[in-house]
Amino acid sequence: MKKRFADPHFGVSTPGVLSKSERDLRDAFRAETDRIPGGGRLDQCIQCGMCTGSCPVSYAMDLTPRQVIGMFRAGAIEELLESSTIWICASCYQCTTRCPADIQITDLIYALRRIAIESDTFPNRLPTHIFSEVFIDMVKRYGRNYETGLILRYFLRTNPLALFGRRRAGIALWRHGRLPILPDKIDGIDGLRRIIAKAETFDLPQEVVERQTVTDSVGYAAIGR
Amino acid sequence: MKYTYYPGCSLHATGVSYDKSTRAVFAKVGAELAELEDWNCCGATSYTSVKKTVAYAIAARNLAIAEQTGDDIVAPCSACYYVLNRTRKRMAEMPELYEQVNVALAEAGLHTNLTVPVRKPLDVLVNDIGSDRIVALQTHSIADFRPACYYGCQIVRPYGSIDEDPERPMSMDRLFAALGASPVDFPPKVRCCGGMLVATSEAVAEKLCTDLLDWAVDSGANCIVTVCPLCQANLDLLNLNGSTNGSRTKMPILYLTQLIGLALGCSPEELGLQHGLVPVKIDAPRLSPSMVGAPSAHGEEI
Repeated sequence: MKKRFADPHFGVSTPGVLSKSERDLRDAFRAETDRIPGGGRLDQCIQCGMCTGSCPVSYAMDLTPRQVIGMFRAGAIEELLESSTIWICASCYQCTTRCPADIQITDLIYALRRIAIESDTFPNRLPTHIFSEVFIDMVKRYGRNYETGLILRYFLRTNPLALFGRRRAGIALWRHGRLPILPDKIDGIDGLRRIIAKAETFDLPQEVVERQTVTDSVGYAAIGR
Repeated sequence: MKYTYYPGCSLHATGVSYDKSTRAVFAKVGAELAELEDWNCCGATSYTSVKKTVAYAIAARNLAIAEQTGDDIVAPCSACYYVLNRTRKRMAEMPELYEQVNVALAEAGLHTNLTVPVRKPLDVLVNDIGSDRIVALQTHSIADFRPACYYGCQIVRPYGSIDEDPERPMSMDRLFAALGASPVDFPPKVRCCGGMLVATSEAVAEKLCTDLLDWAVDSGANCIVTVCPLCQANLDLLNLNGSTNGSRTKMPILYLTQLIGLALGCSPEELGLQHGLVPVKIDAPRLSPSMVGAPSAHGEEI
């Protein structure tokens, strides 16, 4: 990730005029956000910075949550998808709870993750999406997450050397009876797989989004709702 | 009182002591826990990142099975608690999603009407059982414990489990004060431990956890009490030699139910204290007979 992307005034040459791929990404993101209850409220961001100030991991992000929303509105979607931000979010929901404009920022980050996966755009050296892939594979196989296997397979796929660095943690947990050797498989695994296969044929329903332009429910007026 | 117990995957692995202590404490207070039959993984946040409709469908399978008995679900893991509640909320808000998920569930002969609430053990213990009753059942003193009550994220956000300020929950502090312990003032009680960043961005998770631990030490705590298996594991790993914890004081990271269990006279083995990475060396001696069951005979009101 190049530093210039962190500066919202740089790199966005002509705000409002999008290249074709940017436009496609923006449309895809808009379609995703429209499926989030309250997704239309993205337009109501007042750039107050409450999200960034509340975020416990914003210090480690190349773009802060506030910048993410600002850059989205400026049309710089590709830079957003390449940022580490969307993969560093720990889903603590502090920003969502505190946002005075009622924007579900955490859910927006999930929407960006899905688009990044679909468009195969990832930041270098931050393989969080592989964690999700391995996790999903575990659930399909056993119906439950098998933590020992999840951790082993995640590191084998991303950074086998890191396993060596963390052997102490693994051994300590195992010695204290906290890492079972064998996975737990549910009886109804076939039924679960049928449920997953069926659910995969559905796209999430499109919300009817009211794009609010009135200002009476934004900013301070929204605090306390 | 009867509840459907949804342990979740972590309570069968890294959080095994949360499983043991929850069962032990619920048995002591006379609340029956029946494990949800053939439950499956809630999907956690990983599914949400990739496939959203599937994320709702697999979580809903558990809701559908629970409806067959109709008792409230008790989900100790904060991530399970959040995911199951989000599924209920979004399905209720979006009729089309409700339809789709039920069509998917029908593949396994299931259906959900979203009638069963999903709750945290803290909520059940404080609101259904009540701290008066728990104090009345107390047999052992936990007066030597100075816990930093750590709530973490998803028990208070975005679906609050305990009906109070999401920025400053107090129900755990009040309960332990009523039981005679001395909870310390712990301002970062709802700050994030980093969750699964421990696997994907280790340095970030470690910083969040060392901040929490340092704060607890500075507040004069001698243990941290958590309500989530991920918080417990992340903090407990700092107790290892050679970790970034370095020369810091090692501190037991307990589950809420472990400390309550000690006050109610459960054995350390029953509560799974042996699974913690540092031994708990704080005594919980038997109360003198005159003190047993005396409500508020000890401890200060918070």
